[in-house]
Amino acid sequence: MPKAAGDAKLLIQSLSKAYAATPTNLKIIDLYVVFAVATAVVQVVYMGVVGSFPFNSFLSGVLSCIGTAVLAVCLRIQVNKDNKEFKDLAPERAFADFVLCNLVLHLVIMNFLG
Amino acid sequence: MAAASAATTSALEPLLRSLRLKTKQQELLLRVSALALIYVLAFAVRLFSVLRYESMIHEFDPYFNYRTTLYLTEHGYGEFWNWFDSESWYPLGRVVGGTLFPGLMVTAALLHRLLHALSLAVHIREVCVLTAPFFAANTTLVAYAFGREIWDSGAGLVAAALIAVCPGYISRSVAGSYDNEGVAIFALLLTFYLFVRAVNTGSLAWALASAFGYFYMVSAWGGYVFIINLLPLYVLVLLVTGRYSQRLYVAYNCMYILGMLLGMQIRFVGFQHVQSGEHMAAMGVFFLLQVFFFLDWVKYMLNDVKLFKSFLRITLTCVITVGTLALGIGTASGYISPWTGRFYSLLDPTYAKDHIPIIASVSEHQPTAWSSFMFDFHILLFLFPAGLYFCFKRLSDATIFIVMYGLTSMYFAGVMVRLILVAAPAVCLISAIAVSATMKNLTTLIRTKSKSPQTTSGKATGSKAAAKGAVDQPLPFQHNVAIALLLGAFYLLSRYAIHCTWVTSEAYSSPSIVLSARGHNGGRVIFDDYREAYYWLRQNTPTDAKIMSWWDYGYQITAMGNRTVIVDNNTWNNTHIATVGRAMSSYEDEAYEIMQSLDVNYVLVVFGGVTGYSSDDINKFLWMVRIGGGVFPVIKEPDYLVNGEYRVDKGASHKMLNCLMYKLCYYRFGELTTEYGKPPGYDRVRGVEIGNKDVKLEYLEEAFTTSNWIVRIYKVKPPKNRS
Repeated sequence: MPKAAGDAKLLIQSLSKAYAATPTNLKIIDLYVVFAVATAVVQVVYMGVVGSFPFNSFLSGVLSCIGTAVLAVCLRIQVNKDNKEFKDLAPERAFADFVLCNLVLHLVIMNFLG
Repeated sequence: MAAASAATTSALEPLLRSLRLKTKQQELLLRVSALALIYVLAFAVRLFSVLRYESMIHEFDPYFNYRTTLYLTEHGYGEFWNWFDSESWYPLGRVVGGTLFPGLMVTAALLHRLLHALSLAVHIREVCVLTAPFFAANTTLVAYAFGREIWDSGAGLVAAALIAVCPGYISRSVAGSYDNEGVAIFALLLTFYLFVRAVNTGSLAWALASAFGYFYMVSAWGGYVFIINLLPLYVLVLLVTGRYSQRLYVAYNCMYILGMLLGMQIRFVGFQHVQSGEHMAAMGVFFLLQVFFFLDWVKYMLNDVKLFKSFLRITLTCVITVGTLALGIGTASGYISPWTGRFYSLLDPTYAKDHIPIIASVSEHQPTAWSSFMFDFHILLFLFPAGLYFCFKRLSDATIFIVMYGLTSMYFAGVMVRLILVAAPAVCLISAIAVSATMKNLTTLIRTKSKSPQTTSGKATGSKAAAKGAVDQPLPFQHNVAIALLLGAFYLLSRYAIHCTWVTSEAYSSPSIVLSARGHNGGRVIFDDYREAYYWLRQNTPTDAKIMSWWDYGYQITAMGNRTVIVDNNTWNNTHIATVGRAMSSYEDEAYEIMQSLDVNYVLVVFGGVTGYSSDDINKFLWMVRIGGGVFPVIKEPDYLVNGEYRVDKGASHKMLNCLMYKLCYYRFGELTTEYGKPPGYDRVRGVEIGNKDVKLEYLEEAFTTSNWIVRIYKVKPPKNRS
């Protein structure tokens, strides 16, 4: 057991060391993703406590969080300079796509919210 | 005179030269004109039925779609959404707005409105009749784009040409077959094309477009379940084969989240995306991709194999435990509904036969016979494996997709006849790859040969062993063989075109509501009995009359006869259908009680004994017995059979000869001579003299029989006065 704990400690240390080198704009996106996921988790816990009665409202709440998180991750992939797969995609284009998808997502959510 | 003309030609020359196109422009012009021709062809080949009969709706389900579209155009969208239809499923009724896929009706209504905005005053019926051909023509464009995406533009053109006339697709999209499939195949192919495009480019915009394609598909047809299961399967295969890329992550996640949300806006589908077992694969793969992406990211950050391994072990055990726990709790608590019978019957072809007679009774749900594969695909059937070979030779994300689409849909096509339709685009695309790649190889061979014919003859005289030894050295007679093969390919393709036209004209263009047969002198005889009967109902019965018939004719009676029916083709309530089946297979007095309890005023049966029309109620009768017996054990199938044999002549069982269906079909038939040289009461479908010629009706009376006896309508007498 102490070995596993030591491993975990080492893991976290080296991870945070490696993460410190990430560019700031990516860090901002990461924060946004973590926030969205945390909101989704809060909603799921809340649903567990009070029940899922207006199911469409619950679904739209959770899905809007998960949706924004996933879209933000996609954006992060596309604007990451170390990523060789998306070399020929301009960051402006990536951001425009991101905004468009978010627009659709939230319009549908508003319709679904009931 | 000559000099003058010479002067004009010399003056024209620069003009002509400026008009002359470069090779690339020529190619573009050729491609565009070929595509335009294919577009017109795909539309025109589906018009046989309109030319031969008239502009009308075909078969059974399209009549419901037509009726709802009519309602939509007359009353507007809001009322359509809240429409409670009291004319079907008496006395239950049906909430139409919430129990159908509205895609088709909305499409037709929009087209109708568009045409009116362009001040073309067409009736909604013409729009409905031509919707399917129009969308089939659009499908060829999508097929072209798809073919270009997975192979090259040549393959795209061939794919467009093949799908334009493929009988497997035409069977569901001729003019007048106004059914969901008509627009759904277009939506299906569009979704797949956009998704593959999204995977290839890794762009959010294409994934969004694909989600919209999926939305249209969900709104149009229940077959969308195929998409929502095929895409995760494809992602899984890419993951397992180590072809995971971040483009795939972007494409799938965006498409899944947005597609799911959009799909939930269709009321009939509702929460199924998160609650039904059929959609869970997609959700599972969605979470799997997140985990995979996270692990990938950690691995990239760590750069330390040993640490990563221990990390991997911890996360994997956590994820698997949480996943199984969630699925187990969800299923056990009934939150996730289990797979439906239709889904099971797709995976296991024998399931429906044992458990759900109502699904097995529909002829288009039967397993496919070999001959119908040949009939519907013709040469595509053996071009398909060749195309698979080419796909495997040049493996990419796109070709893997088309291979998986082809293989899975071929399996489903083998399980159910109607699903040949879903396989048709994949088969066409893969065959197109085979044709295009072969042609390209052959023509390059011929071209290189013609440049150096001297060396060919020199090598052709050389020994065979030498030619075999060196692979890239040309084989003897290569040039001639290439030409012969090319000619052979053209011959095959022309046979395909001829076959398709013949099939379309002979087999798939009959409306099945108006029947045609060849007379003694070879002329065409038209039986318009169905419409005659429905028109009679509309004119001669009280507006609140309730008509009992087998469920096949329900949609047509409500749409054309404008009367209330007990059951119709939307088979949502098995018990209700079984009640009708029970009434049909009981003795007259028992049936009368059931009909009284259902308020039935008229009974309609379809009978082919006079004309030789084989899909009549006597031939469907065993299914009525089976479905009725499935709910009411009073009805037993062996009572109607003699030694396991179904017969209507003198040797038939007593119950068979006296049940309601038999009596209604053969009432007064014993007096009629149907065929020269045969005794009266000779049934031309079964080919026997009937067993009960002296049919007497006590509780019903004959109200109307059409000119060829195909439809017979009986009035239910009111209860007798008490004496």
